[in-house]
Amino acid sequence: MAGSNPNAKPMNLTLKVWRQKNRNADGQIVDYQVKDISPEMSFLEMLDVLNEDLLRRGDDPVAFDHDCREGICGSCNLFINGRAHGPEAGTTTCQLHMRKFSDGDTITIEPWRANAFPVNKDLSVDRSAFDRIIQAGGYVSVNTGGVPDGNEIPIPKDIADRAFEAATCIACGACVAACKNASAMLFVSAKVSQLALLPQGQVERKTRVENMVAQMDKEGFGACSNIGSCAAECPVGISLENIAILNREFLSAKATSNNLA
Amino acid sequence: MILDSKIPEGPIAEKWEKHKFNVKLVNPANKRKYDIIVVGTGLAGASAAASLAELGYNVKAFTFHDSPRRAHSIAAQGGINAAKNYQNDGDSIFRLFYDTVKGGDYRAREANVYRLAQVSVNIIDQCVAQGVPFAREYGGLLANRSFGGAQVSRTFYARGQTGQQLLLGAYSALSRQVAYGKVKLYTRTEMLDVVVIDGKARGIITRNLITGEIQQHSAHAVVLATGGYGNVFYLSTNAKYSNATAAWRAHKKGALFANPCFTQIHPTCIPVSGDYQSKLTLMSESLRNDGRVWVPKEKATAERLRKGEIRVSDIAEEDRDYFLERKYPAFGNLVPRDVASRNAKMMCDEGRGVGSSGLAVFLDFADAIKRNGADWVSQKYGNLFDMYAKITGENPYEQPMRIYPAVHYTMGGLWVDYNLQTTVPGLYATGECNFSDHGANRLGASALMQGLADGYFVIPYTIGDYLAQTPPTPVTTQHPAFAEAEAEVRARIQQLLSINGTRTPDDFHKQLGQIMWEYCGMARNAEGLRHAKQEIQKLRQAFWSDLKLVGTSEELNQALEKAGRVADFLELGELMVDDALDRNESCGGHFREEYQTPEGEALRDDDNYAYVAAWQYTGDNQPEVLIKEDLQFENVKLTQRSYK
Ligand SMILES: Cc1cc2nc3c(=O)[nH]c(=O)nc-3n(C[C@H](O)[C@H](O)[C@H](O)COP(=O)(O)OP(=O)(O)OC[C@H]3O[C@@H](n4cnc5c(N)ncnc54)[C@H](O)[C@@H]3O)c2cc1C
Ligand code: SF4
Ligand code: FES
Repeated sequence: MAGSNPNAKPMNLTLKVWRQKNRNADGQIVDYQVKDISPEMSFLEMLDVLNEDLLRRGDDPVAFDHDCREGICGSCNLFINGRAHGPEAGTTTCQLHMRKFSDGDTITIEPWRANAFPVNKDLSVDRSAFDRIIQAGGYVSVNTGGVPDGNEIPIPKDIADRAFEAATCIACGACVAACKNASAMLFVSAKVSQLALLPQGQVERKTRVENMVAQMDKEGFGACSNIGSCAAECPVGISLENIAILNREFLSAKATSNNLA
Repeated sequence: MILDSKIPEGPIAEKWEKHKFNVKLVNPANKRKYDIIVVGTGLAGASAAASLAELGYNVKAFTFHDSPRRAHSIAAQGGINAAKNYQNDGDSIFRLFYDTVKGGDYRAREANVYRLAQVSVNIIDQCVAQGVPFAREYGGLLANRSFGGAQVSRTFYARGQTGQQLLLGAYSALSRQVAYGKVKLYTRTEMLDVVVIDGKARGIITRNLITGEIQQHSAHAVVLATGGYGNVFYLSTNAKYSNATAAWRAHKKGALFANPCFTQIHPTCIPVSGDYQSKLTLMSESLRNDGRVWVPKEKATAERLRKGEIRVSDIAEEDRDYFLERKYPAFGNLVPRDVASRNAKMMCDEGRGVGSSGLAVFLDFADAIKRNGADWVSQKYGNLFDMYAKITGENPYEQPMRIYPAVHYTMGGLWVDYNLQTTVPGLYATGECNFSDHGANRLGASALMQGLADGYFVIPYTIGDYLAQTPPTPVTTQHPAFAEAEAEVRARIQQLLSINGTRTPDDFHKQLGQIMWEYCGMARNAEGLRHAKQEIQKLRQAFWSDLKLVGTSEELNQALEKAGRVADFLELGELMVDDALDRNESCGGHFREEYQTPEGEALRDDDNYAYVAAWQYTGDNQPEVLIKEDLQFENVKLTQRSYK
């Protein structure tokens, strides 16, 4: 009973899904058939159908991460037909709908592949490396209380808007998955730019970028070779300009470092 | 049991200041001797964990998400209220207090709401200092927008991603404390029980969702910031994983559950498109500023439209019923959420709904586009229009949106006193998890405010008062209560895994959702509620005898996680029905069909129902006991809300 399009024809699809029992096990692609998939369904609803079916038959459902299903929490992360978040640009996996596919299609579904993102099970990966990068310096060091009135820190609208744009990163990791080096530069640059642009971020500007980049390297992310696959696949449009800012920030921090180590 | 809300003496404007002076303090050197567990890292939890760690306490923070930043708070769109009066339009702490009490249909505690309004101004300052990129005017100062239920412009926002930006602010403060070693963070870790020793909360039992490991954690106090329970209805605007388990487990360990039937139904959501539907998406309330809500005047027209025999454009202007404008000329399309939702349902019940299911009404921007142009509409609502197009495959610039109400927020929750302490000493509840500030209906942009008020500015004071009276000797997991609680948790998991029936957790959840929506949703009546109670009991029995799971507990097993949560929803659902049955009046989000004015508006009964209904668990399959906290209104006069 599709709401908008009563004539939308259900589809039958072949899914090739990465199955891996746990972090240490070997994985493999397993084929599944799903039937009567409405074009109105979201991609994850299609996987729900598969999983309900598997469970009823006594098979282990496919583990995958998701939560908000609105494109904002950054949980969902599927590599669909060789593309991070699938064929539709500027769209998270959860916002991808089946009307982008056709009856009879074969769809390959894999997890993000990166050394820094080990597989938990099937399509679920461990992205805690991102948290540790933020812990290394992705904040302004203020305690609760004792801060000035909000309007005592005027910020030009264009600066505030640019900082906001950078701050909309949802930490999904598509940039890493899309990059042949599995670099996390776009993710790191988004936070560095946000805080480098804002007056609140100035005090710790140098140490922040140095510490975050050091943590990024330590986590085993690859180097950036300026190809731009990351920004092309970023579902929220974090721009490459941020990487340029990061590079600039990093070089100037190194040149005049406050870090004694 | 007598409920003591611990409201401080004195004039309302001085209560909080006085209380802060009177509470006992833990001296700085002693703070490091106290351990605090915070469950949940949404706005309420992350702000609390960070602030408590900054004070010097040892904090353990838990979330079932893979990162604190993914908490459901991230999805809030519209904004956060604060009584800054930056717009010089007559706002004040008292006005925000007044609007919130009135908006809540006079079922909230005055003293708590007043404090909320007071600290609201500090929240904005705190977030700005953290680098939260709020919207700004060209002069560089903070911008505001207006929201429903208020006549002033006091809502701060970051485009359509306010919740995201506020949560990332709190997450950054939390991350900093993790780096300092003052917060130990446990991600993908689900709390499955509270440990109570000699009547006091002393720890929790958790399950690691990746390995399945069950762990015991001890502390001097436990804070639950675990969000709302809207997903009892299966379909809601809440994130898929939002659930009631933490609160429900605490309830079964002695914490009273208040006003469970107070749920908020948001009028503007994208309608259900099929039975595979997994969640509902909110379209911001701001759309009602320019969109006009209508259905066909005649049932027959609506029928032909649903069958695809005619198109929207075939319906002449005079054959359209702009029902909100017709019934509420003063407020028109901007009536409060509960009124708008109920009226949409009435239209569909009359057979005049649209969309193939008939469960939708139109939200039409044709006039706004004619008046101001498509560009203007796009600038204002572009991202919402895009989202609508992505989900429905329709172009809302060319045809009206279809919308329908959906469950959005739960005003009910764990009962807390003025200190945000539950009826279990040492156990606190903050954010949407508690019942405290919104009465029977929450105003837009007030949940974010409450979560951060609780976490940044209230709990750091009130928990100190409790700890100062608790010896700083280490709490360990040696006490047998820990082993007992762990054994219970393990037994329950094994029970779920061993049923080996035929129906999936989602299957049960969907059916529960249908019962709740039908009988305990937008409109309720005694007969339906009694029927629902029986249905839920039957469903619960079916669940425990016919549930299908596979695999073990020692691995990532998402169906098992789900099953545990559905089991709790099945119990909470029944309590919601009990509560709705008890409340023989209509107020806010609780509309009892037997209690309405001749015009079909909600009819409150202040003489008999101006109380908080707090429910006490008395044992499995035993009726819960109702304990009332009478509400006193000394600063706001009770009136009938009217939007005609
Ligand atoms: C679509 C949408 C839009 C909204 N827009 C607005 C708005 O514009 N303005 C506004 O004021 N409000 C809005 N709200 C309401 C508001 O977002 C929520 O009420 C608020 O964010 C709740 O915050 P919280 O911290 O209490 O809970 P949550 O953010 O839900 O966080 C709960 C936390 O608890 C954890 N948790 C739960 N149970 C367990 C457990 N058993 N073990 C371990 N961890 C657990 C979760 O992992 C999570 O970290 C909106 C809500 C929705 C659904
Ligand atoms: S930069 Fe874009 S792709 Fe990378 S984590 Fe952030 S939102 Fe995802
Ligand atoms: S599930 Fe939240 S972004 Fe996709």
